Amino acid sequence: MSATTSGTLDAKKSPMWSSGHGHDVISTKTLGFWLYLLGDAMMFTALFAAYAVLGHAFNAAGGPWIRTVAHAGVAFRETAWLFASVLAYGFAMMALKKGNRGGVLLWITAALLIALGFLAVDGHEVMALFRMGAVPERSGFLSAFFTLVLYHGLHVVVGIAWMLVMLVQVASAGLTEKVVYRLLNLRLFWHFQAVMWVFMFTFLYLRGAIV
Amino acid sequence: MFVHIDGPWSPLLGRLALSEIPYNNPILIGTFAFAALLAVVLVGLVTYLGLWRTIWRDWLTSVDHKKIGIMYILIGLVMLFRGFMDAVMMRAQQAMAVGPHSAGYLDSPHGYLTPYHFDQIYTAHGTIMILFAATPLLVGIMNILVPLQIGARDMAYPYLNAVSLWLTAAGAALVMASLFIGDFAHAGWFGIVPVMELPYSPGVGVDYWMWAFQLSAVGTTLGGINLLATIVKMRAPGMTWGRLPIFTWASLSANLISLSTFPVVTVALALLALDRYFGTHFYTAGLGGNLMLYNDLFWIWGHPEVYFVILPAFGMISEIVPTFSEKPLFGYLGMVLASLGIAGVSWGVWLHHFFTMAASPAVNAFFSITTMAVGIPTGVKVFNWAFTMFRGRLRFELPMMWASAALFFLLVGGLTGMMNAFATNDYMVHNSVFVVAHFHMMLLLIVYAIFGGVNYWFPKVFGFRLEQRFGKMFFWLFTAGTAVVFIPMFTLGFMGMTRRLAYVAFPQWGPLLDIEVVGIAIYVLSAVFLVAQLYVSFRDRAKNRAGLDAWETSRSLEWMTHSPVPFYNFAVTPEVHARDERAWRVARGVDTVRPERYEDIHMPRNTAIPLWLGVLSFGLAFGLVWRMWWLVEVCAVAIIALVVIRSFDHDTDYTIAAKEIERMERAIRDVPSGRPAADDVIGGVPAFRQGV
Repeated sequence: MSATTSGTLDAKKSPMWSSGHGHDVISTKTLGFWLYLLGDAMMFTALFAAYAVLGHAFNAAGGPWIRTVAHAGVAFRETAWLFASVLAYGFAMMALKKGNRGGVLLWITAALLIALGFLAVDGHEVMALFRMGAVPERSGFLSAFFTLVLYHGLHVVVGIAWMLVMLVQVASAGLTEKVVYRLLNLRLFWHFQAVMWVFMFTFLYLRGAIV
Repeated sequence: MFVHIDGPWSPLLGRLALSEIPYNNPILIGTFAFAALLAVVLVGLVTYLGLWRTIWRDWLTSVDHKKIGIMYILIGLVMLFRGFMDAVMMRAQQAMAVGPHSAGYLDSPHGYLTPYHFDQIYTAHGTIMILFAATPLLVGIMNILVPLQIGARDMAYPYLNAVSLWLTAAGAALVMASLFIGDFAHAGWFGIVPVMELPYSPGVGVDYWMWAFQLSAVGTTLGGINLLATIVKMRAPGMTWGRLPIFTWASLSANLISLSTFPVVTVALALLALDRYFGTHFYTAGLGGNLMLYNDLFWIWGHPEVYFVILPAFGMISEIVPTFSEKPLFGYLGMVLASLGIAGVSWGVWLHHFFTMAASPAVNAFFSITTMAVGIPTGVKVFNWAFTMFRGRLRFELPMMWASAALFFLLVGGLTGMMNAFATNDYMVHNSVFVVAHFHMMLLLIVYAIFGGVNYWFPKVFGFRLEQRFGKMFFWLFTAGTAVVFIPMFTLGFMGMTRRLAYVAFPQWGPLLDIEVVGIAIYVLSAVFLVAQLYVSFRDRAKNRAGLDAWETSRSLEWMTHSPVPFYNFAVTPEVHARDERAWRVARGVDTVRPERYEDIHMPRNTAIPLWLGVLSFGLAFGLVWRMWWLVEVCAVAIIALVVIRSFDHDTDYTIAAKEIERMERAIRDVPSGRPAADDVIGGVPAFRQGV
């Protein structure tokens, strides 16, 4: 163990106080963001657990059941929009690596617009369901279903707002340390919501098609 | 979209009306008069001493982890007092309301509290003691100690740290506001479903409880992220995982719990909010809701939360025992594994909170076994402390007294916990005051560790030791009070008394309840000695001035910087060579080696934004409680705006020149140890104040 080996150190010769010691800002901030994502993943986990508990036919309480509300075809289109947006953000990160400020701005704008496309499809779908009477307050099952869909949607909205802020910051401040770590964290966030969408696509929509 | 609520509602005040102010309840009016008087005295005192500027500049806007820690502890102490007063009221009610012929006062059929009021008091007591007393006290201590123990300048994210503090403060303020505006939840601190649902609790009590809880949960989650990142990223050179001080290991384990479970309770409460505001059916009794979903989600957080508060307590005991045994900690690796083991197993025991809720025997057996398995790492810890003391040079100074008494409570609480862990036995004692007495033993263990830790690290933070004579009287009276309250409570539990009784039907329980009141009176008396201890310590602070190492046999890194700790912690980051670095240096005679040269230090700038975020969060939660939608909208927009505005602030740090550091260090060294300076109390001699 280190404690015993350190006993053999010559205390008189080894330095007592360090010099030139600094912390890597970007990696510290990124670690914190990973930890936040862990917490957010726990929130999704709890919501998925709620959905699993309330995902039985009797939880629909005679109201619309999963086949009526979960349309795998629409969800597939939403997946395509979302993944395209993630891909566009990936290109922004490649531009960042090259230090190409214009490229970063261009591709984030693209990611942002494509994400708006996702929101349009998502919102249209949810509104259509609401109109046919499949509303969250109809049954426990629909409460859990819509809470998951809207919680994911909230992530997309937050991501879009964050991209808007980053566009302004990249344009005004350039690729400073602060801007770079935020761009990197936004990348994590944007991938994270896409990963969560994969789980939703599987458990809500694909499973809904076969139940 | 929102669920319809019966009763008056106005766009400006929402559901708030004059009738919601309990001006006709003499108990609450008395409380309000007391609180108002205290506030007037405090405001007057601060104005008289001209401290507003200092409070604003050095405290409210501070991002210094030590000051944030102290403010956490102050919140914890205020709320501890509030929770204690709730306990006093409950003891008095139960002693008065015994038997059908007991007298009733103040509109109450028996005793002096109506059942509805009594229900609010035990709900408030539990919520406050767990979330707004124990948690802030321990988070505050972790805040102060972890960066010092690992040789860091501050937390990884000082700004976020202040945000966490003010979110917790907003939650605490919301609980306090519920005393005088509206009422508090009456469904138990963990929320009994479906009682918390809108049809059964149409008032604002549950909303107060829910949003205060939510604010504190978010604050604690963010604090957990901060502490974890600090421990992983901010360690001084040479501070390998094998050399990490044991309290820091305990904090790491505790915050792994907080990060992984607080989000679950956030969801549990958010779903309740959806039920209450939008009329969804997560926990309702009909239309496809499932009330066991709430119990599971809540206790998936609830039980790990218990270990979240107990692990730092174990960590403090593990620091105090070696210092006053004058020996290194026995079984460091075992201790680390035990902490992580407790954190791990904490995830797999939640169902023992509702063994009686008709799970299958196999499920109950599984959770029985996992619950008993908690005893293994805990036992490892107890034996390690015992072996640390074995053949040590024991000094029973105050911190050691508190720490060793804590072991006794761990024994009583742990063994009764093992009894409850048997599902079969739990069917007998479930919902009885035996369970209440059991978990109070565990929480008292935490309280004892906190008092031990406060006595132990007080000189490090404030520069002078706490007085010991009154301190010891406080200790003995507090211990006596504990015995006199909880031995009868265990007995009553065996006799079959259930929890939460506003009226006690069996006269034969009366005498034991009277004894509990005597115990509470001893507690009240002990508090007088605590105040005396604090007063005398402050008066004689010049005499009790502490050096670097206040106890002379301390072992870890935090004892290598000045007492009180300067705002930059260490003038030069130390190089770590051993597990107990301070003891290692003392043993080799290199503890007085000074840095050869100083370097520039980067420090975060103070900011008022976290404070405003806290104020706005309070407004948001208050608006949600009373359904004042305009307030909700204004606060939500302002919070988002502030976060964005902050992200455009490029001037968030500053640099202190090496020369300046050297000057300040010299000023500190030249201070005669007995110098009575008022500034000693709030963070050091003038040179230590930030921005001077």
